[in-house]
Amino acid sequence: MASTTQLPVPPAGRTALSNNASHKHGPRSKRTKGPGRFRPNYLGGLGGWLWLAVIIVPIYYVVVTSLKNQAGFFTSNPMLPPSEPTLDNYKLVLENDFAMYFVNSLLVTVGSVVPALLVSFMAAYAIVRGKGRFLAWTNNTFLLGLAIPLHATIIPIYWMITKAHLYDTLLALILPSIAFAIPISVLILSNFMRDVPNELFESMRLDGCSDWAMMWRLALPMTRPAVVTVGIYNALGVWNGFLFPLILTQSPSTRVLPLSLWTFQGEFSVNIPAVLASVVLATLPLLVIYVVARRQLLSGLTAGFSK
Amino acid sequence: MSTSTGSSRRVLEKGPSGWLAAPALVFFLLFAILPLLGVLFLSFTKWDGLGEIKLDGLSSWTTVLTDPVTGNALLVTAKIMFFSFIVQAPISLLLGVFTSASQKYRAALAVLYFVPLLLSSAAVAIAYKALLDPNFGLGPGLGLPFLAQDWLGNSDLVLFVVVFVIAWQFVPFHTLIYQGGVRQIPASLYEAAQIDGAGRMQQFFAITLPQLKYTIITSSTLMVVGSLAYFDLVFVLTGGGPGYATRLLPLHMYLTGFKANDMGAASALGVILVVIGLALALILQRLGGKNRNASQLEGA
Repeated sequence: MASTTQLPVPPAGRTALSNNASHKHGPRSKRTKGPGRFRPNYLGGLGGWLWLAVIIVPIYYVVVTSLKNQAGFFTSNPMLPPSEPTLDNYKLVLENDFAMYFVNSLLVTVGSVVPALLVSFMAAYAIVRGKGRFLAWTNNTFLLGLAIPLHATIIPIYWMITKAHLYDTLLALILPSIAFAIPISVLILSNFMRDVPNELFESMRLDGCSDWAMMWRLALPMTRPAVVTVGIYNALGVWNGFLFPLILTQSPSTRVLPLSLWTFQGEFSVNIPAVLASVVLATLPLLVIYVVARRQLLSGLTAGFSK
Repeated sequence: MSTSTGSSRRVLEKGPSGWLAAPALVFFLLFAILPLLGVLFLSFTKWDGLGEIKLDGLSSWTTVLTDPVTGNALLVTAKIMFFSFIVQAPISLLLGVFTSASQKYRAALAVLYFVPLLLSSAAVAIAYKALLDPNFGLGPGLGLPFLAQDWLGNSDLVLFVVVFVIAWQFVPFHTLIYQGGVRQIPASLYEAAQIDGAGRMQQFFAITLPQLKYTIITSSTLMVVGSLAYFDLVFVLTGGGPGYATRLLPLHMYLTGFKANDMGAASALGVILVVIGLALALILQRLGGKNRNASQLEGA
């Protein structure tokens, strides 16, 4: 009762203020929800710029230093750009088999993410659309995988990989990477698949479609954003992975980029600019992808994990 | 008529074959569940990583449980888990709210906020090693003597340096989760609050925070369980040192197994890691309430 009496008489000043504010920030903006619709939030803005500084300073330092020569590194101010920028450090990194490590990383990432997506998608479809104890048990097994720090199992994995004579091969990195990607992939994919209206499946079923056909012709198109999300998330994880390469490979011919940064750091420890140039070069491919596909990447990840 | 609808319903009820889940299950059993059992088995053996594996009873467990380094590793892990949670959770939440608003400059800032997501832990660690150098890093660069400390060599400071670098790397990811969560809050709630004359702070505590309940649980679970997996960053940044100051449990396991060649003891540490992970996940799930799947559509 109290609320109904309050509603017809909104405080006039407040309404005027909020109208004014929403006009200032553009009535055309699609989303009017969320904070930031009244007077400017100076405190929030300050915090925002402060965090930007926290993010940018290390990146700036790495880029600037990678353009210095060694003498310049020891004599100039560390936070100032070099007076004579040089690309020699980048040349040195590229001459040290960077291209091969890059290709190795690419092979391992594609070789892990594509099969992981495929088997996870099929499993998610079966779990959401199917019934029975076996599928319920399968789902619970995957959920268990989310709770366990899977890296605790590296010693038996090392043992299995050596027993299978796969030690120091790229396949040694791919096989466990696929397995470790499955739990989160199945979880996100099945969350999205649950939202596909049941009527669509039923009408396809009545048209005589098999489950196999429905999976590819209905479930896949309807969950494409989730598939992209899961793909990106897993690709980032595998591309940047360090532990498996560290314990399952040894020779330069099977080295992937993150491990190459570490070994490079060991070999050229006195040449900090060159070490940092290797950091820039290893990050550059992902940065290019980020610049090109930023919107899809971020909205995909947001949707995938906020569900 | 009735028989045909009956049979089609039966087909519908049957659903797809469980075989579709088989490839994923086989991979997962082979490379995750089997190793999980393997780590338990190996904890009762003696193995140097190359030679033969010999059953050895409880000796690995005795070694691990009486070794003061294990207790220290547990303590360091707990400290880093605690501090990185209380640093990361509020920052991520606030940044998530901040970047979910409609102003253009915030969207532009968000683009830059997420750049650390692209870097590997090895890259981050190497960058910070150089940046924190007392002679050629940030301190002398900005002319601020208090920043020119031996950050990674001082066992009182190094833990907080690790917490900071972890936050630098992982806050962007959790910001993204919170940003998505805030965007799912219905605008009508804020409109109603504004009509009622609620200020920004009141709206944050009365609407944003309660509506983010499940996002907070998701993010916190990932943060806490994830902190059992901080290996590569710390390995490259400090190697666990100085001394044992940043020797986290996973790092202790790696060094015991692959550097000290005691795979039995390392496996026992692996079992401890698994047990802690499971316990934490169970506790967090209990805190979050049981019916999570049903409530995820709330506010959609």
